[in-house]
Amino acid sequence: MTTQDTRERLELLQGTLDLLILRTLIFGAQHGQGIARAIQQTSDEELLVEHGALYPALQRLEERKWISAKWGISRNNRKARFYTLTAAGRKQLVRETSKWNRLTAAIGRILESEEG
Amino acid sequence: MWRRTRKASDFGAEIEAHIALETERLQEQGFSYEDARSAARLTFGNVTRVQERFYEASRWPEWDHFWQDGRYAARMLRKSPGFTAIAVLTIALGIGAATAIFSVVDATLLHPLPYPHPEQLVSVIDDLPGVGAQDVGMSVPEWHDFARSGIFEYVSPLGGGDVNLTGSSQPTRILFAAVPPNYFALLGAEPELGRSFNPEDATPGFTLEVLISDRLWKGAFASDPRILGKNIRLDNDLYQIIGVMPAGFHDPGRTAAERSTELWLATGFAGPPAPDPLRASHFLAPVIARIKPGLTMVEAQSGLDALVASLQNEFPEDYPLQSAWRVRLVPLKQTVVGDVRQSLIMLLGAVGLVLLIGCVNVANLLLARASARGREMAVRQALGAERSRLVWQLLSEGLLLSLLGGIVGIAILFCAKEFLLRIVPDSLPRLNEVSISWPVLLFALLATVIAGVIFGLAPAWHAGRVDLNYMLKQEGRGSTGSGEQARTRRVLVVTEFALSLVLMIAAGLLLRSFADLLQVQLGFNPQNVLAVRTWLPIPNDPATDIYRTPAQAAPFLREVLRRGRTLPGVEEIAMGDSAALPLGHGREDLNRYPLLMEGREAPSNGAPLVDASIVTPGYFHLLGMTLLRGRLFGEADDEKAPAVVVINETFARTYWPNENPVGQRIKIRMPGDRTTFAWNTVVGVLADSRTESLTDPSVPEMYMSLYQRPAKDLAIFMRGRLDAAAIPVELREQVQAVNPELPVFGAQTLHEALAGSLAARRFSMEIVGLFALTALLLAGMGIYGVISYLVSERTHEIGIRLALGAQRHRILQMILRQGLGLAIAGAAIGLVGALIVAHLMAGVLYGVRPADPVTFGVVALLLIAVALLACYIPARRAIRVDPLVALRHE
Repeated sequence: MTTQDTRERLELLQGTLDLLILRTLIFGAQHGQGIARAIQQTSDEELLVEHGALYPALQRLEERKWISAKWGISRNNRKARFYTLTAAGRKQLVRETSKWNRLTAAIGRILESEEG
Repeated sequence: MWRRTRKASDFGAEIEAHIALETERLQEQGFSYEDARSAARLTFGNVTRVQERFYEASRWPEWDHFWQDGRYAARMLRKSPGFTAIAVLTIALGIGAATAIFSVVDATLLHPLPYPHPEQLVSVIDDLPGVGAQDVGMSVPEWHDFARSGIFEYVSPLGGGDVNLTGSSQPTRILFAAVPPNYFALLGAEPELGRSFNPEDATPGFTLEVLISDRLWKGAFASDPRILGKNIRLDNDLYQIIGVMPAGFHDPGRTAAERSTELWLATGFAGPPAPDPLRASHFLAPVIARIKPGLTMVEAQSGLDALVASLQNEFPEDYPLQSAWRVRLVPLKQTVVGDVRQSLIMLLGAVGLVLLIGCVNVANLLLARASARGREMAVRQALGAERSRLVWQLLSEGLLLSLLGGIVGIAILFCAKEFLLRIVPDSLPRLNEVSISWPVLLFALLATVIAGVIFGLAPAWHAGRVDLNYMLKQEGRGSTGSGEQARTRRVLVVTEFALSLVLMIAAGLLLRSFADLLQVQLGFNPQNVLAVRTWLPIPNDPATDIYRTPAQAAPFLREVLRRGRTLPGVEEIAMGDSAALPLGHGREDLNRYPLLMEGREAPSNGAPLVDASIVTPGYFHLLGMTLLRGRLFGEADDEKAPAVVVINETFARTYWPNENPVGQRIKIRMPGDRTTFAWNTVVGVLADSRTESLTDPSVPEMYMSLYQRPAKDLAIFMRGRLDAAAIPVELREQVQAVNPELPVFGAQTLHEALAGSLAARRFSMEIVGLFALTALLLAGMGIYGVISYLVSERTHEIGIRLALGAQRHRILQMILRQGLGLAIAGAAIGLVGALIVAHLMAGVLYGVRPADPVTFGVVALLLIAVALLACYIPARRAIRVDPLVALRHE
């Protein structure tokens, strides 16, 4: 493992990274490092995102035309590649979110019935 | 997704930016730059792995490998220019030759005929199988029956010949076609200027309208813009030009001559000068037709069979049952291509073999190199290269080599195109359509790729089966060559020898056929004989013909002979019709007449057909023909004397097997011919001579006197020490001094005629011979390579043997025996293949059996001798080895 952090973090489930990226971009254009930061912060540092894993995912989303990318200048005057959600990406986010909600609800119900 | 949308450097920059941003963020939290940077790197993970994932996701890795392999292969080939040059030239030779032959096959066999809906076009052929006669021609009533049958859209007989054209810039002899008015409608051809004939025109004789070719218009009429409506004279008859056919239009003829018609006349074939349109008067040939759209060949043929049966019932006296009249439809393309098909397929097969042998040779070379690179392969594999990648890399080397070879081959072909077309005989059908077209280039590409795969596969296959441990343990040795690899190379050499033997035997058989043809007893002497042709006009109205009867023509004939005899160098002179021209004439010059014999009843259609020539008495002596019995006809056998005829031995044997033919009476005539000829008495029998065909010794032939039977298509024969350039001009002056209207043309020595009749055979023999020599050379190189490799591998061993006192000649024997073994194995397999191929070739052989033991024996010995020679060179090197040096050889 690359991070030997004090707290043990949750590893991401397969396929959920795409959903998190799309969700993060709903607040506006962001570069890769910003996306990584945002995911970690919003999850209260619970989620383990290996920053490197982000880029192939971004590349994949870009190829599917769910996000678009452009080189720009970051807040502290550095060159960075900024990603924006496209219309198709927005639709995909809605689809994926509802799927995710159904999935977690279903899994939750199963787990609760087992406990009960 | 094989095209990268984003550059790897861009991706790298993004990662760089990420780490910089993260470092900055951590620095803001109070870390030092170094700590911040290493923490940023740590959170990022494995940069290289991320980049690889980007790389794999964003492009097709095979494509990349392909380029990489290609670049690597190019570097390898550049590093050994000698090897590359030999391999590329071998392939270039094979691909170039195969493409050249294919371009001919493509034009003659594969291209559709250049008319709309060519699949509907057929030849209509009348046969009389009951009396063993084929293609006897069609009569005018039959033609009309077929045209009205509903089976065909149009039916069109084709006549023609050459005719004297006056009215252009100067009198010329031109080739014309006599066709019915529906001819151009049938072919679907339109004139470039003016109009064509009205297909509904039912004029029985010649219409007064003609169409001319683009070439005649541009040549004889200097592209006269007012050509339409212009009057011209053909054999003194007046015609009007109504149209000009485009340059691309050709009659569906077999040879260049048959396809270069310059003028088309329309006729109903039923008025003068054609014979009366009687049912039994079969003179229309060839006949072409266009089947009604929607009908298949089979349906058309069965419809025609029914029609033929009902006509036989209706006219029993014209179609006697024993002659078994039948009409057959043959796709027009098949008639146009004719018997060239067999030769072309043979050539394509031969060139395919050469290409294959070339491939095997290059495979052998590659394999030798692969064994030298065995260590390199093993090291790469040990370092984790996948086997499939190594196989692909070797394959791409093969493909690159063959691609280079293909390009060089096509380049050579483009440069040598003009030269190559010149050595192809004119008699090849559709020769002017031969070109390096897209399909031909596609063929070349396909052949190239297949060749590359074939010879790239052998080393690639081995690379995939390398024993790593064994390879790597071969400490410091560049060449290893596993036993298996050596075995493959030996198998390749045996294959090469087998293929070469097949080709060489094919070439040997063709050579023997050709030699036999040259040795054939001609039965006449072509030495110092020159023939010049002339043509007496045939006006449409016989009453205006000044040479109609023998009595009218004789003074002219005698005067031309008298004047010709005075020309320098002329020792003998004679005349005949065009059928009397030995060998040099085409099919249209043959006169095949139904033969009637006195005292024997022959049904009108059952009469046998014989070749008849009409000659002056001097002809036989001039050509050196031998009289067997009776007498020849002389000057006294003129129009007032009883008609006589001289026949050949085959004629006598065929029709009077147990009788003396001299004194028998025969006559020939076209049924329905208006002129009635008297019975001819056989006065003499000649020894057979091959004036008709070199290959066919026994054709019944008869000769009549030009003083007793008129002929229009004349040939003047002269023997002596002639100046071939001057004599035709001098003779023309003499002929035109008698009649200034007559054309004199077509001068040809009999030697030229002889050579011409052999041209196609000589061509295929030379080409196959050339291929066979190439194959032999390649096979020799192949065995040389294997044996020298063997010798270099065993230098150490040979050194030990020599040091222990082995005799040098024993070592020589040992090595030669190995080569001999390979050659004999190859020859044995090749002999089986050659037997099969020879039987397939039977149709193009002459005078030699397909399984000719002499050819097979001599060729096999020659092959083995070449193998021994190729082995001797490395073997000699082996016995000159200095034991001291050899023992140190590691």
